[in-house]
Amino acid sequence: MNITLKIWRQKNKEDKGKFVTYKLNNVSTEMTFLEMLDYLNEKLIKEDQDPVAFDSDCREGICGSCGLYINGRPNGPQKSVTTCQLSMSVFKDGDTITVEPWRSKAFPVIKDLVVDRTAFDKLIEAGGYISVNTGAAPEANSIPVKKHNADRAFEAGVCIGCGTCVAACKNASAMLFVSAKISQLALLPQGRVEAKERVRILVEKMDELGFGNCSNTGSCEAECPKDIKLVNIARLNREYYKAY
Amino acid sequence: MAKLDSKIPDGPLAEKWTRHQASVKLVNPANKKKLDIIVVGAGAAGASAAATLAELGYNLKVFVFQDSSRRAHSIASQGGINATKNYKNDADSDYRLFYDMIKGGDFRAREANVYRAAEVSNKIIDQYVAQGVPFAREYSGYLANRSFGGVQVSRTFYAQGQTGQQCTLAAYQALSRQIKAGKAKMFARRDMLDIVVIDGKARGIITRDLITGEIERHSAHAVVLATGGFGTVYYLSTLAVNSNGSAAFAAYKKGAFMANPSMAQIHPTSIPVLNEYQSKLTLMSESLRNDGRVWVPKQKGDKRPANEIKEEERDYYLERKYPAFGNLVPRDVASRAAKERCDEGYGVGETGLSVYLDFRDAINNQGKNAIKAKYGTLFDLYKKVTGINPYEEPMRIYPASHYTMGGLWVDYNLMTTIPGLYAIGEANFSDHGANRLGASSLMQCSGDGYFILPVTIGDYLADEIKTPRISTDTPEFDEAEKAVKEKLNKLMSVKGTQSPTSFHKRLGHILWTYSGMKRNEEGLTTALKEINELKEEFWRDVKVAGELNELNHELEKAARVADFLDLAKLIVMDALNRKESCGAHFREEYQTAEGEPKRDDENYSYVAAWEYTGEDSEPKLHKEELKFEYVTPVQRSYK
Ligand SMILES: Cc1cc2nc3c(=O)[nH]c(=O)nc-3n(C[C@H](O)[C@H](O)[C@H](O)COP(=O)(O)OP(=O)(O)OC[C@H]3O[C@@H](n4cnc5c(N)ncnc54)[C@H](O)[C@@H]3O)c2cc1C
Ligand code: FES
Repeated sequence: MNITLKIWRQKNKEDKGKFVTYKLNNVSTEMTFLEMLDYLNEKLIKEDQDPVAFDSDCREGICGSCGLYINGRPNGPQKSVTTCQLSMSVFKDGDTITVEPWRSKAFPVIKDLVVDRTAFDKLIEAGGYISVNTGAAPEANSIPVKKHNADRAFEAGVCIGCGTCVAACKNASAMLFVSAKISQLALLPQGRVEAKERVRILVEKMDELGFGNCSNTGSCEAECPKDIKLVNIARLNREYYKAY
Repeated sequence: MAKLDSKIPDGPLAEKWTRHQASVKLVNPANKKKLDIIVVGAGAAGASAAATLAELGYNLKVFVFQDSSRRAHSIASQGGINATKNYKNDADSDYRLFYDMIKGGDFRAREANVYRAAEVSNKIIDQYVAQGVPFAREYSGYLANRSFGGVQVSRTFYAQGQTGQQCTLAAYQALSRQIKAGKAKMFARRDMLDIVVIDGKARGIITRDLITGEIERHSAHAVVLATGGFGTVYYLSTLAVNSNGSAAFAAYKKGAFMANPSMAQIHPTSIPVLNEYQSKLTLMSESLRNDGRVWVPKQKGDKRPANEIKEEERDYYLERKYPAFGNLVPRDVASRAAKERCDEGYGVGETGLSVYLDFRDAINNQGKNAIKAKYGTLFDLYKKVTGINPYEEPMRIYPASHYTMGGLWVDYNLMTTIPGLYAIGEANFSDHGANRLGASSLMQCSGDGYFILPVTIGDYLADEIKTPRISTDTPEFDEAEKAVKEKLNKLMSVKGTQSPTSFHKRLGHILWTYSGMKRNEEGLTTALKEINELKEEFWRDVKVAGELNELNHELEKAARVADFLDLAKLIVMDALNRKESCGAHFREEYQTAEGEPKRDDENYSYVAAWEYTGEDSEPKLHKEELKFEYVTPVQRSYK
């Protein structure tokens, strides 16, 4: 099929950036979205144009490197997929596809579609862990965990830190990301000891890093490629009230 | 060059590590504060090492090429991590895991290292659980286990199909805590391009800031490489697309020996190549072989849909050929068997290059929910990639490049042949011989990082406490920086017509054809010739778009492909040298009557460690003889 791409091009942090239109012919429906961009880049290189910069690594939806804003939605029209898992079969011949980086104050654009998500690392650094040194752990089965809780903790723990939730949110809030980590650790007996302090520190840090507030619109949950649920935010709120 | 000294401690196998720990030199806490350590790479190995070393009091500088260390390739590992807890009471023990790994590796690994890996395995699980890894549990609240290929006990701990993600994040969080404490500093989006050696010791690295393009110098008292494997040399692989061999290769060129580079694992259960644009292959975890049955039609070229092929028309060839282990034979065996069936014309799918992995019986026996609980994430992943629902139709799978058993040669202390330069995790060669067993890499990476390196590096650093902070203003740093800049400039200035990726694809094709699951003298010789030609063409006609001083993925790729071309040559030379078959290294000239690998213990019971001797001269082979004091090498049998 033949498609038209409107891609955000921005040389560096300082550059203002603009959309550039590219016609791309002979796109296969078997390509993934990123393979389509690879294909575009090979063409641009042949024509002595600058290829489009975008991040990716695992290309199977687990590393969280790749998220893009596609036709006004994070990761495009398919549900529960990362950008690297998006298939070109969801588009039709003649389609125009708009491709943008994440837009959020906390994630400045570095170049083209590449953004700086260090703010997520800063959040985890602030307290997204259990403070146990290597060697200090007790025998693993001495801490039984209700299967139900372990399963819920896993469901929260599968967050890939891609930033979709922030990109989807009109307030650019990081609540889903933070609540997933808070939930995972708060659901486990190992994590309870520091639960109060953890939630306090992380909520404070979120504000400091320039993320917006949560106004419960739920678009983060709707767009999350890993199906992280809003109940985690409810759990964070509960933990937060308990912490004061 | 002196003989390779593996520094294996004296004493009985099960006591070596304990004795060693009791005898290594120590650095007191006050002195640790004065010592800097660079760790390149922060996957399961690097992050666990950096976190632990920082907890001990050293100053850590950590480098990764991704934007965050949470994205290291380890995040993608799926099926599980082994330990000898024996929670299942199925007679597991350190010795049994040790034996399984030695046998699984076809008697080409070092006994003492492998035993130690088994010995520290339980502490890893304790550590991860304490850090909050949500491993699968029974209704009782206790930890669950499953079995993995090549073994007959259930010793694998898992978190659905995302065990690596959970373990890597735990290590990442532990490292984050040290960053907050000011004991570790993270340098993300950096490519390490060279190692700096001063007076024979590793003292620093040269990096490129991937955003600004700036070439930087970083120094330390010791350098640790945790840069992962180079299975991407085959282009299509189950690894993350940016995984590479450049850091290890830079170390090799600076004097670190490269061990068994041709020992590459081709994993049996990947989603097959679906089209020519494909940029990577998606793994379907080996854990699926616990419940999935592998088969092809009994009739050649049978194109009917799988569900129309009746039970008696199916050839469950693994169960037929290997009744004792069935679908759970080790990876090398399963991969070769799939290739053999497909080469004979029994393969399925449009290209005939795939076999079925079928869950029909498991779903009938255990119910859909039970299967979903075990493999839900993997089934979803399969459906996303192929559009086929594996609850209703069998999966189609084919072998793919997955893991490198070979890597930088290290002694028992995990030190390379350059004093002060260590290699941990997949980047080293140490524990898996000629074939790795499932769920044993996360175990080795975590063991190296949490429990082994933090002890052994002290033995070296104890003699460095009087060495002041290393200056980066030395002739050695000047020279290394100059060499890096020259290489990058050279790449930019070729201004040819073909992209780095197009060369990578062609290199991958050469290796896959001649140095993949089956190899022979003639093919390998052809490969060598074709790689030389491709290298010549690369340096004459590569086109690197963009500029030096900006974010430039094309330049990053070009530098990696340049190294892959040299590394590929070394891989093929190693495969040519080893005139025997063992594990994943299958030389067609050396096989038993049943088509199994035929080892030559008399002549090849050694680790092949290659020394770089210059751009235009052949590498020099050093042999570390493998001594088997506790197991007797036998012909592997899974029948
Ligand atoms: C799909 C898949 C599934 C797997 N499943 C399992 C499993 O279930 N169980 C199991 O035990 N094993 C599994 N493995 C194997 C296992 O995941 C890897 O062997 C292991 O994660 C390697 O970890 P590592 O820490 O050595 O390196 P990696 O995780 O690969 O990390 C490499 C690090 O080095 C950095 N780096 C590399 N080069 C440079 C450079 N030049 N400059 C700067 N930084 C650099 C990267 O940024 C990264 O941080 C799987 C592998 C694959 C591909
Ligand atoms: S590239 Fe890893 S999630 Fe998309």
